[in-house]
Amino acid sequence: MPVALSYRRHLGWGVTLAAFAFGLVWVVFLADRPAHSDPTAFFSTLLDAITQGALYFVVASGFTLVFGLMRVVNMAHGSLYLVAAYVAIDVQRRIITGNPDTTVSSTQVSVINWFVVLLVAALVAGLLGLVMQQAFLRWNQGQDLRQALITIAISVIVADQVVVHTGGGVAEDMSFPGRINQFVDLHVKGFSYSGARLFILGLALFIGLALWLWLKRTRTGMVIRAGVDDRAMVAALGVNIQRVFAIAFFVGSMLAGIGAVIGTSQTAVSNGTDGIWLLNSLVVVIIGGMGSLAGAAVGSMLYGLIGTFSAAYLPAGNTQYAVIFTFVLLAIVLAVRPYGIFGRPA
Amino acid sequence: MSDVRAIERTIAAVALALAALAPVLFSTYTVDQLLTQVLIFGIVAMSLIFLASYGGMVSLAQTALFGIAGFVFGNMTTVDTKGLTLGYSPWAGIIPAILIATAIGLVFGGLASRSTGIYFLMITLTYGVIANLSFGQIERISGFGGISGIVPPSIIGTTDQHPHRLYYLALVIAVLLYALVRFVIRTNFGLSLQGVRDEPVRMSSLGYGIALHRTLAFTFGAFMASIAGVLFVWWNGHVDPQTIGLGATLNVLIIAVIGGLRRIEGAFVGALAFVFINDRLAETDFSVAGFKLGTFNSLIGLIFLAIVLVSPDGLLGIWERAMTLLKQRQPAAAAAAGD
Repeated sequence: MPVALSYRRHLGWGVTLAAFAFGLVWVVFLADRPAHSDPTAFFSTLLDAITQGALYFVVASGFTLVFGLMRVVNMAHGSLYLVAAYVAIDVQRRIITGNPDTTVSSTQVSVINWFVVLLVAALVAGLLGLVMQQAFLRWNQGQDLRQALITIAISVIVADQVVVHTGGGVAEDMSFPGRINQFVDLHVKGFSYSGARLFILGLALFIGLALWLWLKRTRTGMVIRAGVDDRAMVAALGVNIQRVFAIAFFVGSMLAGIGAVIGTSQTAVSNGTDGIWLLNSLVVVIIGGMGSLAGAAVGSMLYGLIGTFSAAYLPAGNTQYAVIFTFVLLAIVLAVRPYGIFGRPA
Repeated sequence: MSDVRAIERTIAAVALALAALAPVLFSTYTVDQLLTQVLIFGIVAMSLIFLASYGGMVSLAQTALFGIAGFVFGNMTTVDTKGLTLGYSPWAGIIPAILIATAIGLVFGGLASRSTGIYFLMITLTYGVIANLSFGQIERISGFGGISGIVPPSIIGTTDQHPHRLYYLALVIAVLLYALVRFVIRTNFGLSLQGVRDEPVRMSSLGYGIALHRTLAFTFGAFMASIAGVLFVWWNGHVDPQTIGLGATLNVLIIAVIGGLRRIEGAFVGALAFVFINDRLAETDFSVAGFKLGTFNSLIGLIFLAIVLVSPDGLLGIWERAMTLLKQRQPAAAAAAGD
């Protein structure tokens, strides 16, 4: 038995390494515009991938935070994103033009305005999540399947309400501040890159760092980490675990809202975006491991890399197959580490 | 116990008789549009409930597997629409459709087989969404608009050509698959699958392959779903990515939960409730004093929420509880009479 197990494990890692090596060789030498002859395109794709991963991280870290502490798989996480996105669009347009139906261009948006919108949308998502947790999830603690079904039901209702109250859920977007939304010269052989995307990366790094400090250095964070390991023991020590649950759910939902403002400034939101962001969050945590912040970071980066590079480096006319590579990544991780890279069995 | 079983047998016999006589009793629209749909989605939901109740795996990939079979059939048999347009006869499309969807089920199941419960739900939902995106993006096999003009073998014909034929075929297949599930859960494999569901560690130390049992059960579920997928494209004549979209995936879950995730009979009860509510209310605009309260989807979401909150075992759970109450009351009454 141990022989079979270790054989299987080595096989898994072997396949992983082979796949990675092949991907690298493909991108550097074999693709239509290989990296060795067109390094500018390669670095621009790499930065695209990292910034895309950064956005995945912002949203998925909220998903994984909630799961890590409460074992709640919040299937309405994408719905929080959807609601926050439409709220943000509405607020930004009202502040700048006074009319929620007039689109705004980047030049009209100031940095302050954008952060005010971010704050409002994050609070709306946070409060919505908090209400959901207090009204429906709190008294079902420990019944994880039932909780998942409850959040699915809520996501069905929210999706419909958004369609009805936004005039059909048509595609809408908001804008980054004009000062940020321009190309930046990186002073490396005249290479310039989207300032907005670098801004996303900066925000994600800040959020990741803040979350890490919060979890490692503050009292609430320590209680949360203790709660992840042994909820009953923490409660027995006299900690009000319900309050900690509420805080974690609020913060986790807020992260979906923050991600929504960043994401909607980048690409339009529409009816169906909730499903896409639920998928993104699920893929990140399945790859990285449920409940782990480091896992969310690694999962986001891998997911961002595979998605962006397969779309950019598949042979011309075949980029439609990019989505398959997400499945391949998922399959490799599940085969080698069924609970994700940083995951452990519940 | 025997009382309850006798009551249930009677209900089943009456339901089957009604189903067999439906073309005489109900309108053609009811039979060919609604009841046929009930049977098709009932089969998909039955595959979900089978996996949930006997394997402990709540799978959200059943709709995707159902759709994959439909897409394969469409690609194999159509001539001039989207997709591969291979143009084989409808007979030649059946086996590849079921075989490919079942094989994909084997891969899906194998990859997820070391997870259970909530992890399994998440992984299979991811499969479902990726399948949906794949058919939407890959123009060669479908693209956004999907495949139209799919027809069943001429002996069955579309519902316009031969009313009720597809209905009876679906009825026979549903009954056969129901009997097959009842048979499988009594075999050695079915019994050890239930052992794996309840005591994976113990079963593993007894030498049973946990992952293998889950994988095979999932493959069997995929087989059932793929048969329903072929029936669906025969009935609908068209399949597109929306057929396996998140909404469709959740609808099948809702059907299963309305019926109750514990007993496979619930699939058809849930499908009956869902399809008829859908038919009556899908076009209704719910609004009070000009304020829109939402569409049919909000209502279905609310019903789903109410069922999960009040009776997680669905309608059949309510039925079982009623029967338990009845059973408890009878001995009490007998004892009281004895005093």
